[in-house]
Amino acid sequence: MSVQPIDRYVERIAPDVQTAVMENSITATQKRHDALFGDYEDPDKIRRIAGAIKQHTVEHLDRYLPQAEEKLKANGVKVHWASDGEEANRIVFEIMRSKKATKVVKSKSMVSEETELGHYLEERGMECVETDLGEYIVQIDNDHPSHIVKPIIHKNRQDVARSFEREGLGEYNDDPEVITHRARKHLRGKYMEADVGITGANFVSAESGRMLLITNEGNSRFCLAPTKVHIAMVGIEKLVPKDRDLSVMLNLLARSATGQRLTVYTEFISGPKSAAQPDGPEEMHLIFLDNRRTQVLESDCREILRCIRCGACMNVCPVYRQASGFAYRSVYPGPLGAVLSPLLASKFADYADLPKASSLCGACNEVCPVDIPIPDLLLRLRDKAKVEGIKSPGTPPMGMWATMASKPVLWKTALSAGKMMDFFPKSMIPVPAFQAWYKKKDLPEWHGKRFRSWMANRPNPKKNDQPEASEK
Amino acid sequence: MSTHRDVILGKVKKTLEALPKRAEYPDYDTEAVITIPEDADLWEHFKTAMQAVNGKVYDTLVELKKWMIENEYLSGYCDPDLLDVFSRELSPEIKLETTYDRDRIDTYQFGITRASGAIAESGTIILKDKDTSSRLGSLTPWVHITALRPDEVYRDIPTALDQLGDDPNIIWVTGPSKTADIEGILIEGVHGPGEQICLRLDS
Repeated sequence: MSVQPIDRYVERIAPDVQTAVMENSITATQKRHDALFGDYEDPDKIRRIAGAIKQHTVEHLDRYLPQAEEKLKANGVKVHWASDGEEANRIVFEIMRSKKATKVVKSKSMVSEETELGHYLEERGMECVETDLGEYIVQIDNDHPSHIVKPIIHKNRQDVARSFEREGLGEYNDDPEVITHRARKHLRGKYMEADVGITGANFVSAESGRMLLITNEGNSRFCLAPTKVHIAMVGIEKLVPKDRDLSVMLNLLARSATGQRLTVYTEFISGPKSAAQPDGPEEMHLIFLDNRRTQVLESDCREILRCIRCGACMNVCPVYRQASGFAYRSVYPGPLGAVLSPLLASKFADYADLPKASSLCGACNEVCPVDIPIPDLLLRLRDKAKVEGIKSPGTPPMGMWATMASKPVLWKTALSAGKMMDFFPKSMIPVPAFQAWYKKKDLPEWHGKRFRSWMANRPNPKKNDQPEASEK
Repeated sequence: MSTHRDVILGKVKKTLEALPKRAEYPDYDTEAVITIPEDADLWEHFKTAMQAVNGKVYDTLVELKKWMIENEYLSGYCDPDLLDVFSRELSPEIKLETTYDRDRIDTYQFGITRASGAIAESGTIILKDKDTSSRLGSLTPWVHITALRPDEVYRDIPTALDQLGDDPNIIWVTGPSKTADIEGILIEGVHGPGEQICLRLDS
């Protein structure tokens, strides 16, 4: 039976992983809701402001990118540009070679996941250590993150304890506190002996050239305390026009991602360390990375470039909750990934199934801190696949349905035959899509009424003197 | 030969100039995101907000010393400029070193540095590179103690953003270092301090 790639993944997912993803996502969605609605009367108003700021930024990148570059340079930052991941990785490698550096500590960054920087450096003899706890575990397991905020949402404490035991970080112990403190101890050694700290950036202010790093663990601080060189890799869409805009973004980002008012550490970095400071990088580089973002800008889905990577859309998504992150087969999972991955991919067709993996319920748009109309973008991408004649294996054939639904006589006949469904063994229906659906659900008994006749004969609520009947 | 810069900016320019209309910068007031009541006492609000994120605020050195002795935090790093103030009360029971030695980072139980400000709204401590005597001294010990005068507390996030100044490295600290990466369980003290303390300075 032919099924779509995302469904094929869901069939193989372990039940405990699915439960973990589901529970964690529900909790995160609830925390987000409590944090936003607890503090603001109308959070939607703030989301709309944030969306407007980012949409304006995206549509004025030709102004803000040169402006940011000028400010960064004036602040003593060396600015580089990379059209693709290969070039960005090469720049990092060249900087390291010129400094005779061999050891890197890396703070979590989604763009460097895109460029697979860690592997690139390791293949060339450099040591590159991920320092975010989740990302470190992903690295020692030679795995991939499955959520942009909670990278190991797919692993439980026993998995992690076994990995730590295997890596020689102590005897088996699955207490999360013990695991965390072992990582703390082990990674301090790595920070202290590293030459270079690599980070991403959550925002760059075009007005001041400040870049922002936002973490809870403090690993980005540690990447920039004992090291001598700081390299930041930043997507070209990460700008905001002014410092004041950060007040909107910071308040929304933390609440949307983890339900915090502010993330523990918000770092504003605008250059190498100050003269009197004994610790920290004496040299700072910032690489602006395109990696097909200009292609997204050119498409009719440029709204997705507003994204500030909070993860709220995946937490709330009924498809993500069932399928988990790996089903999206790329760096960005969930509704965000369903839009961004096909657009960032070298071949759109490879990910053309993802925009179809949505019920278009609209929850992702409702929680998005920058109000991205994700369901609309998914529809545009479905249309793009249709226009480009991309076949996606496993998509149920709709030809018969289309014929039936467009011919009233056929439609009525089919409906009057509906009662037969109660007697027909449903496991015999030769439609793969129906069978996939039927595995988890059942059909109710046929009621036999036609909607139109029910509609015409229904009791009129206006004549009814029961006020609660009209209330929701 | 065109550079990557020219290629990227060229594509951006070409695409955007072809748009019939571009989104304008929205007219908005940062008041919309402020959550602190107008009549709030800044120090008291700061204290409550910092405690809400598991930070600790002490109004006097006597109280801080009591907590340190109880928890056996007896030896650590201290900003040379703060030595006079702290040693007066903490010595001799608590040992203060004014140099930070990178070769024995695990021997400092606490680090004492100067805060550059705070935000009442969110319970945030502001650390600026120019006021922090050692980045490592403020980061590696389990306990980070910052000293702050009440008149250095900003009311809200937009005000603090407006006053960033020209420091190259400013860190807003809102509570102790934490993670929820393993099964969503909250653990404090990952790479940064597991205890974030603020001491009120009155002069």
